[in-house]
Amino acid sequence: MPFDYMTYLREEKLPHMWCPGCGIGIVVKAMIHTFTDLEWDPSDIAIISGIGCTSRAPGYMDMNTLHTTHGRALSFATGIKMHRHDKHVVVIAGDGDMSAIGGNHLIHAARRNININVIVNNNNIYGMTGGQYSPTTPLGAKAATAPYGNLEPSFDLVELVKGAGASFVARGHVGNGRQLNTILKKAFDHKGFSFVEVVSNCHTQFGRRNKMADPMNMISWISDRAKPMKKFEALSDEDKTRCFPVGVIHEDVSRPEYTETYQELIDSLNNGN
Amino acid sequence: MSVRLEKVALTGNQALAHAVRMAKTQVVAAYPITPQTSVVETIAEFCAKGEMDAHFIQTESEHSSMSACIGASMTGARTFTATSSQGLALMHEMLHWAVGARTPIVLGEVNRALAAPWTILSDQSDSMAQRDTGWMQFYCGNNQEVFDTALLAFKLCEAVLLPAMVVLDAFVLSHSVEGVLLPHQELVNQYLPLRETLAKLDPDEPHAFGGMMFPDVFMEQRFKIEESMDIARGVIMECATEWDALTGRLLKPLHCYHTEDAEYIVMCLGTAFGAAMQAVDQLRSKGIKAGAIRMWQYRPFPTQELIDTIPDTSSLAVVDRAVSFGCGGPVGTETKAIFSGNNQVKVYNYIAGLGGREIRSSSFEKVFSGMMENTASQNKINWLEVRQ
Repeated sequence: MPFDYMTYLREEKLPHMWCPGCGIGIVVKAMIHTFTDLEWDPSDIAIISGIGCTSRAPGYMDMNTLHTTHGRALSFATGIKMHRHDKHVVVIAGDGDMSAIGGNHLIHAARRNININVIVNNNNIYGMTGGQYSPTTPLGAKAATAPYGNLEPSFDLVELVKGAGASFVARGHVGNGRQLNTILKKAFDHKGFSFVEVVSNCHTQFGRRNKMADPMNMISWISDRAKPMKKFEALSDEDKTRCFPVGVIHEDVSRPEYTETYQELIDSLNNGN
Repeated sequence: MSVRLEKVALTGNQALAHAVRMAKTQVVAAYPITPQTSVVETIAEFCAKGEMDAHFIQTESEHSSMSACIGASMTGARTFTATSSQGLALMHEMLHWAVGARTPIVLGEVNRALAAPWTILSDQSDSMAQRDTGWMQFYCGNNQEVFDTALLAFKLCEAVLLPAMVVLDAFVLSHSVEGVLLPHQELVNQYLPLRETLAKLDPDEPHAFGGMMFPDVFMEQRFKIEESMDIARGVIMECATEWDALTGRLLKPLHCYHTEDAEYIVMCLGTAFGAAMQAVDQLRSKGIKAGAIRMWQYRPFPTQELIDTIPDTSSLAVVDRAVSFGCGGPVGTETKAIFSGNNQVKVYNYIAGLGGREIRSSSFEKVFSGMMENTASQNKINWLEVRQ
């Protein structure tokens, strides 16, 4: 029997607005497979997004969806999770949305260790507004606002979120959908704040300006640089600068989850302790 | 000096970027947002190519853009930013600060409706919501006016130490190409010399800014801002007259069309004026004395100009592309206040064109009919062409 995507999609909203070959479709596909694998009822899932190409994803997904303001998806999601901590709260965002205007909310959600699953489609550019450089655009890469190359060093989102205290941090890429599915399953199963960076392609806005206008070329460029953690660590320092590790990078099950800690406090006060 | 002109095909956003370049702006800080983005993209390219000796900062949010502009302006730099809608709303805290700190920043504001629900299309609810911040506001009618207004804004702001918004409709101006006359750089240099300011962060003469003000002086600081707004009324006229002498193009607080003998007048801001003039022509061909006004200068509010322009015993319908829920359109409400002591001028307020809905000449004809046939209400908000 063919896989039934329509349980989780709004058929009437299709076709989607993404460019042919865009990596976001691969991310959405992996998410749907993960929901199916975990047997999550669509009615029990809330998907929250901000602004940008990636943030259009919840519009196509048939569950409780909230398309919010630029950068603030995690703040909205925190409010939702605090009141309905029995439900699954998932945030999907782009790199500009999550690490520039929303960067503050990202580090504080990680610090609290609230049980929200964050997926960042990192295509190294602001796609929707026309290809301005983002906080993850590589040094020297060209962008609409950096026609002669980006002068600003970029964030390593995985290290940033790990440093902020997230209890689950992983990285996948759009060249390997099955691996991404496996990573997402672990992330969604984790109790606490989980963060998955998906290294993705925007051949339209990033690739076109950086000699990778063809989506397959760009996805190959990503796949060639993706290394499992052990292989990555065995690389020379020079090779490490060209590659990135994929898989589960950090996992800590000992940290208390925020909504549970909060509930324990309420219970203890109600019991007069 | 010869007025060497070059006519170039430019979008409203590009016209704005050229004005910022020719004004020799020194610092530009901005964050991407549709439909503003091409303003700062064009500027970023001017900077990167060396056509503009400025520093371009792409910040992590609009709040940071305005903060960076205030910082730069306080060192004495000529400073610019551009934004739209949510971006302007996010700047709100810093818009107040820019006024209180008396920093003469120019902001290109591409009118786009505020969410929720999401839209990227035009109305004036974003800039109107900032009317109490102390920023001067100018609403443009075409791309040439965008260019001219931006240059005037720098000159004006630096003279009265208040910031100003150059406002243009999303897409209708921001992304539509028109012929724009660009003057020779020397002419702009003559009109707008480099910024000079005494009150600034200066290592050679250190000052402290941003301190606490107690009730003994706080109100005086606020009064000074209002005083500068009043002074600005005259300075706007001086700057406009000087630009007119150099280019033959006069910027006016109110652009009037057949208002001298009009019995029925519609007033709007921005590009809807074209449709308003069309409706006036239509009515005039039937012998009805109709007129139209486009308000270019919104802050400071052109009170005296309105009193001088509106003929006694006429009816005036203000068509707002924004609404203050529970009260009325911002311009309509303020216009009613001006004529509240005048029993002869009847003022109506219409709300139209929200979220990019087009205002056509037939829409204005309905507004005229509302006044002529007495079907419009003077006491309530009249919602134009809306399903109720």
